[in-house]
Amino acid sequence: MKKTLPFLIALFFGPFLFAQDENGDLLSLLGEESTVEYATASFKTNRVVNGHSLENTAAGVLDFKISHRFSPVRNGIYDLFGLDGATIRFGLDYGITDRLMIGVGRSTKEKIIDGFAKYKILRQSAGKRNMPVTLSYLVDAQIKTVKFPEEERENYFSSRLYYTHQLLIGRKFNDQLSLQLMPTLVHRNLVLTRAEKNDVFALGAAGRIKLSKRVTLNAEYYFVLPDQISSDYTNVLSVGFDIETGGHVFQLHFTNSSDMTYKGFITETTEDWFFKSAEGKSMSGIRFGFNISRVFTIVKPRGLY
Amino acid sequence: MQKRTILAAFLLAFGLTAQAQRFFTRDAKVQFNSETPLEKIEAVNKSGTAVFDAKTGQMEWKVLIKSFLFERALMQEHFNENYMESNRYPSATFKGALMQPADMDYKIPSVNKVRVKGALTIHGVSKDIEVPGTITIGESTLTFQSTFTLSPADFGIDIPGVVRDKIAKTIVVKVNATLSPMNK
Repeated sequence: MKKTLPFLIALFFGPFLFAQDENGDLLSLLGEESTVEYATASFKTNRVVNGHSLENTAAGVLDFKISHRFSPVRNGIYDLFGLDGATIRFGLDYGITDRLMIGVGRSTKEKIIDGFAKYKILRQSAGKRNMPVTLSYLVDAQIKTVKFPEEERENYFSSRLYYTHQLLIGRKFNDQLSLQLMPTLVHRNLVLTRAEKNDVFALGAAGRIKLSKRVTLNAEYYFVLPDQISSDYTNVLSVGFDIETGGHVFQLHFTNSSDMTYKGFITETTEDWFFKSAEGKSMSGIRFGFNISRVFTIVKPRGLY
Repeated sequence: MQKRTILAAFLLAFGLTAQAQRFFTRDAKVQFNSETPLEKIEAVNKSGTAVFDAKTGQMEWKVLIKSFLFERALMQEHFNENYMESNRYPSATFKGALMQPADMDYKIPSVNKVRVKGALTIHGVSKDIEVPGTITIGESTLTFQSTFTLSPADFGIDIPGVVRDKIAKTIVVKVNATLSPMNK
């Protein structure tokens, strides 16, 4: 009896079920096909301001970046709000796969050449596979190629080297809001004094709010854990807008760092947004800066059509 | 003996549908392109679903917007983020029917010119369309092909001034799908 019951039910209700879809939902006959939906475009580009974002350059795409950080705006019109003095970085990023990207860059400040690789370990997704966060690992090396201050001394090449390891953990909460945390380690082969640590740990936090389809508001802050760097240095805070126009992303921002390399903006930022000078005068270390990103598709995806 | 009763029950329960010959696919190819002197944009989606009821001539199609692939990753991102808003409107659907369903014998291989009429929903906006196409009747499959044009403006897809010269006013859509019988 137990076995025949389901068939009896099928007998009774089968015809009704099919009669129902006679005049309607044909697609429902197929049932819902579940797919994995990856979160995309959590940020407009692969940088928030100075540091990296959750996003990668897509496979086969070359991203040419021109970035400037100007002098502090505090001198006003005399030096055009800092625009007279600029540090510049040119960079090229390339996506090897959708999860792995590499990049190189050169900065005018200390003539630093940097190179990095970033890999998406986890990708935020919904649907068939549910993954609440994206997790990326970034490794970045910086070589300071400026001449040693005392050339007659015995200088080592290794003294020029800096390394950064960073985890980026974040989530695109909705179309508007994305947040990420970035535990970071900056290793400096050579430091000035014994009190300064070779390994500097910092915790970064960043986010973006989409203001319109093409404009987002970004903020980024790196907190250096205490007693690691000289007290002359401070934490970097940056706030800016991403404006996307077709093939370009313009990132316009205010920051208190003139560096665009990890070791620079994390361990060598000299002035706070607001601070008191040695004479007790209220001053501001806010600088204007921008990144321009232009992408070129180098390798087209195969087997598209 | 037991097996036979099961079989009989199945036949009774599902027998009704065996007559209503339905066809379906999960890998319908939907392609579109936009061509202006400044920019050529092309995208393809190879995972559309379609169900066709040969008895009534009714059909339904559905494609996921995020499954459209572009040559340029950035175009794909902008397509989803700025134009189609695929998080809010994840799919495009078509629900319609052949205009002369009785004219065809689905048992004899042939090529048939048809017209299809129905409601196309893209970007949350529904519009009645009537498009030409062909149905190629094969041994056990039906191949649907159609080429038609759509206008983004009809579906409330906002194209800002700066890119107006790069995106065509009318988009050419090509559909190609081979449907297999649903209930064997």
